[in-house]
Amino acid sequence: METLSADSVGGVETGKVQALKGKSASAGFVVGQVLVLQSDLPTVSQDKIATPELEIKKFEEALLAAKEELNRLKIQAEKTLGLDKAQIFDAHALILEDPELLDPVKNKILEAHVSAAWALQQTSLDIQKIFQQMDDAYLRERASDVQDVTDRVLRKLLGLSSLDLSVLQEEVVLVAHDLTPSQTATMRKEKVLGILTDIGGKTSHTAILARTLEIPAVLGLKKITSLLKTGDWVAFDGASGEVIPYPSASVVQDFKAKKEIDLKQRKELESLKGLETVTADGHKVHLCANIGTPVDIPALKKYDAEGVGLFRTEFLFMDRPHAPTEQEQFESYKAVLEAMGSKQVIIRTLDVGGDKEIPYLEIPKEENPFLGLRAIRYCLRHQEIFRTQLRAMLRASVYGNLGIMFPMISRVEEVLEAKKILAEVRQDLESQNLKIAENIQIGIMIEIPSAAVIADVFAKEVDFLSLGTNDLIQYTCAVDRMNQEISDLYDSYHPAVLRLIANVIDAGKRHNAWVGMCGEMASQTDLIPVLLGMGLEEFSQTPTAILKSRQMIRSLKLSEAEALAKEVLSLGTSSEIQNVIKKFGSEI
Amino acid sequence: MEVQVEIRNEEGLHARPAGAFVKKAAEFKSLIEVHANGQIKSAKSLMGLMSLGLTKGAQFKIVAQGVDAADAVATLQKLVENKFDLAGHA
Repeated sequence: METLSADSVGGVETGKVQALKGKSASAGFVVGQVLVLQSDLPTVSQDKIATPELEIKKFEEALLAAKEELNRLKIQAEKTLGLDKAQIFDAHALILEDPELLDPVKNKILEAHVSAAWALQQTSLDIQKIFQQMDDAYLRERASDVQDVTDRVLRKLLGLSSLDLSVLQEEVVLVAHDLTPSQTATMRKEKVLGILTDIGGKTSHTAILARTLEIPAVLGLKKITSLLKTGDWVAFDGASGEVIPYPSASVVQDFKAKKEIDLKQRKELESLKGLETVTADGHKVHLCANIGTPVDIPALKKYDAEGVGLFRTEFLFMDRPHAPTEQEQFESYKAVLEAMGSKQVIIRTLDVGGDKEIPYLEIPKEENPFLGLRAIRYCLRHQEIFRTQLRAMLRASVYGNLGIMFPMISRVEEVLEAKKILAEVRQDLESQNLKIAENIQIGIMIEIPSAAVIADVFAKEVDFLSLGTNDLIQYTCAVDRMNQEISDLYDSYHPAVLRLIANVIDAGKRHNAWVGMCGEMASQTDLIPVLLGMGLEEFSQTPTAILKSRQMIRSLKLSEAEALAKEVLSLGTSSEIQNVIKKFGSEI
Repeated sequence: MEVQVEIRNEEGLHARPAGAFVKKAAEFKSLIEVHANGQIKSAKSLMGLMSLGLTKGAQFKIVAQGVDAADAVATLQKLVENKFDLAGHA
């Protein structure tokens, strides 16, 4: 144990509060002092007023001041966040002109002789309640917009200044329940060391913004706003989601050192941008990225992806009341294809089921969803959704270099049927004189052992095979990857898994289908030499892993990797394999 | 003046379509209302329209009174039928 006061920062005892774990939203190490953003306004009292006319005038002045503020915020946001995100302030301004808001407020003042602040707060709560009761999740969330904008007017009425983050003087770690759009749009980002919030996840508004601005962030910490006070010290790791309140001096030192190493590494990796991914003895492979939505496009450029090896389309279908239209899908696919130019973008058809639930698809509850009506199985039985998606992909194909990939293939008949449907959709579009790219590569995910075993048969039917290792491991080892009890049995070093992968790569080579990998294993640094040695041609990874992998591959020799793969494939146990891989890693 | 219309866009009367509708309605002098599900809301109120929670396929009436009522009804009808002119903004 560390000594207390001598070894603590900010006057608070070390070890008083345990480290917390939140959702990683934006990477980076941070040590700093907290600024807690309070969203709660003081409770307004129901005072009677003598002069309603004067109160109405006060209300109108506050409205005007709030509108002016919104206008300034919008101009500022257009510069920092772009036109699209700045539109939120237009919507807010529209609310301040809305008779549904203004009339009840004025009526309350005139009839009940209450203060403008009270009338506004009650009306706002009434409106928020209406929104909160809606069936539609999107409309329910609009309650927070109503609150954000009416609070702005309320502050004007009460003579409270809105905490203006654009004039931050000291470097701070922002701590908030959630950041409001107006806060994120206006903060002086060079003074924001990091962001910690109670709610939100990887895809929330705040997370996306933090990554865009490269500010480390951990979200979904539940009660961080009540745990920390302004001025408290905190240390956190944006990549792991670990947050240490009141860090000891040794933790601070440790984090500062890590931050420095991190920055140095980032600089080194930066220098690898634009370079080929080629081994020291001249063997070239492709390092591509896995993405979920067009939101990830900036990351593709930032980390210099050589293509998109997996565009998971299910995110376009999630968290909404009904399926995206053909036009919506088309726009998303087109955006990514255009951004990548001549580099290939492999779009995977809808992969639902298993752990990914989409309520409106009405997939019945299953005893074993991972062995159930998933992905291509669903699509072949619900062809309307499948055909709509294929139409959107084909229409978008002229904007770049498209590849189409079918998931969860377990038998050749499925590929034949999917290809037949694709051909029909193409014919249909062509009969309407719509332009479609000539060369679109077709491939499948190899994630089921039955497909891995007869990969040679599949290789004759398609242009590429992409190994989905997360499912391949779970199905090969018969280990539910969600089951914590047996997580030690979920093993990427299992000889059966590695031999299946080698078999798929060999089959591809023999029958002219290129073989890639889009599962987690493709980003596992210690396994990259083994996969390279087996002859894997494409590694599709989370964008942030790409430059690191390029650095590693450029330091390897193919001949050495081949020898390593050969040795690994001759071994019978996971531990032997791990030892050999570890030894190889320590020698490079 | 009044006309019956049906919502054709997938997302229903969400913020952006409702915003487009409100902005258009505000260009007219007439008193314009939206009648749906037994409720009456001002066509010039964003929150009023959104609070109706109208989804794809929902029917509603646009009712206008005033000097430019005919023009207002025709313009708003066209806006709804053209899916609020928002196609292409996925």
